[in-house]
Amino acid sequence: MKIVVCIKQVPDTKGGVKFNPDGTLDRAAMMTIMNPDDKAGLEAALRLKDQYGAEVTVLTMGLPKAEDVLREALAMGADKGILVTDRVLGGADTWATSQTLAGALRNLDYDLIITGRQAIDGDTAQVGPQISEHLNIPVISYAQKIEIDGDSVIVERQFDDRYHVLKAKMPCLITALAELNEPRYMTPGGIFDACKAEITTWGRADLKDVEDSNLGLKGSPTQIAKASDKVRKGTGEKVALDPAESVDYIVGKLKEKHII
Amino acid sequence: MDFTLCKEHEMARALFKEFAEKEVKPLAQEVDETEIFPRGTVEKMAKNGFLGIPVPKEYGGQGCDPLTYVMCVEELSKVCGTTGVIVSAHTSLCCDPILTFGTEEQKQKYLVPLAKGEKLGAFGLTEPGAGTDAQGQQTKAVLDGDDYVLNGSKIFITNGKEADVYVIFAVTGMIEKRGKMIKEISAFIVEKGTPGFTFGTKEKKMGIRGSATYELIFTDCRVPKENLLGKVGQGFKIAMHTLDGGRIGIAAQALGIAEGALERTIAYTKERKQFGKSIAAQQNTQFQLADMATKVEAAKLLVYKAAMAKATQKEYGFEAAMAKLYAAEAAMEVTTKAVQLHGGYGYTREYEVERMMRDAKITEIYEGTSEVQRMVISAALLK
Repeated sequence: MKIVVCIKQVPDTKGGVKFNPDGTLDRAAMMTIMNPDDKAGLEAALRLKDQYGAEVTVLTMGLPKAEDVLREALAMGADKGILVTDRVLGGADTWATSQTLAGALRNLDYDLIITGRQAIDGDTAQVGPQISEHLNIPVISYAQKIEIDGDSVIVERQFDDRYHVLKAKMPCLITALAELNEPRYMTPGGIFDACKAEITTWGRADLKDVEDSNLGLKGSPTQIAKASDKVRKGTGEKVALDPAESVDYIVGKLKEKHII
Repeated sequence: MDFTLCKEHEMARALFKEFAEKEVKPLAQEVDETEIFPRGTVEKMAKNGFLGIPVPKEYGGQGCDPLTYVMCVEELSKVCGTTGVIVSAHTSLCCDPILTFGTEEQKQKYLVPLAKGEKLGAFGLTEPGAGTDAQGQQTKAVLDGDDYVLNGSKIFITNGKEADVYVIFAVTGMIEKRGKMIKEISAFIVEKGTPGFTFGTKEKKMGIRGSATYELIFTDCRVPKENLLGKVGQGFKIAMHTLDGGRIGIAAQALGIAEGALERTIAYTKERKQFGKSIAAQQNTQFQLADMATKVEAAKLLVYKAAMAKATQKEYGFEAAMAKLYAAEAAMEVTTKAVQLHGGYGYTREYEVERMMRDAKITEIYEGTSEVQRMVISAALLK
């Protein structure tokens, strides 16, 4: 089985967020991590590899330093890393990003594509499903459990108060939730191997069947009017009381703050 | 000369730091209070390859260099000195001598499961009458047929009872050296569960309280002669070589404890207000922090240099002794200052620096006291 996991290097929100004058993120100036939902998707792929045997390729689009996140994935157990990087791809919105990734995926053999549900820097949850549209394959989003059944996948799709069980024939695309699993750590030996591994680097010319008009900032229908960091909330307060006492406590607090 | 860490080491440090923060730190206080060996943490470390970092891949290890291993012990010790020494004793004192002096059969049988973390290792040299003076050994090993029969006891053994494989030193005879009769010491690999091998009392310690420190007792314990490590009479050389490596591990533990105490003290002094301003705004605090940070940095350079020496030099005892001496004394000084800067709170068990000060003390004592390190360093200077 061949699995491709799309991962994204995102700003580490603990390190503060910085913006370019055009409102896009200044990725070069920020501390970065592997997007949590993507990491869960990678872990899901690695578990399928452990259980059924699979070749896991990680694919990312980004600045040259996005190579770091591919090496992290290799150190966790992925087999190959592909970086799509080109100045003409910069400033892409979800449409241009999914076009780019689909253009890269058309060069690859895959049974399963796994993406994270959404990235913590944009929170759109659009790229995964858009890729599936471009590639004309089924998509199951919000996966909280993944199993392989012959040539199909059986996925539990999360809803607020329930889940759906869906079956899809491969090739297909799944978007993963961070709650799907607890991602494994890298191993020290895996890190040493990952740093020696060759990362395949593709540019615009390597993307298959994609129009220039669908790429980069120019190919992005979304125009960012204003971007801002999340408003930091206080740490809050946790109290462990029975329901009746809790009501009294909350009412007391609301009165104290003159809200009621 | 470039002091920048390479990509591998940067990533490895990030890994150890994340693991220490998520898996080790939340248990550190409880491990200290209850004196319970953190078996669950050891299992997690085994799963993630932390128990065979400098062991080649062909023997089940991770194939990394000594510096990576040092950074692992350092990061673990920043949050829990107990966890740091478990890894250090296992790796430096048990895996390393088997890797260096073991036969291929011994490596396959013992090193592979040790490096994979399926088994835990320990080292038994110290006896009631043989601490710094290793010649004071009383434990005897007598060849009887295909077995050596061990009788005697070892004390203060880190990972005692919890470990599965022990490198044990015993007297196998008397030999003449420079006209004097001295004890011939040999090393053996002894498995837990071998008849005649039992455990005595568990030590109640000042610090590293979750680390299991036991007396090992050998009563007519028959060890197959294939388990002789190295050659007959090579025991002293094996012990000294092993301790050279072990000292780098303990130096890393001391460094980690000092760094942990410094980090917490910086955070605390920024928060703690007296006379209307944070105590970090007082010049006394600033000067103390500056001294602590300088000691930590100097210790780090010595410890990393010793780790690099182990990777590149045949002999590295001099560098190891300097690293351990300085890092251990820095740890004691930095943690003591950390408690002082925390004031009354620092003396309570609610704050981690109290534990760190207790944990730091042992680094000046085990695997060669600071006095022994001074002997090693001065002997090299004056030879």
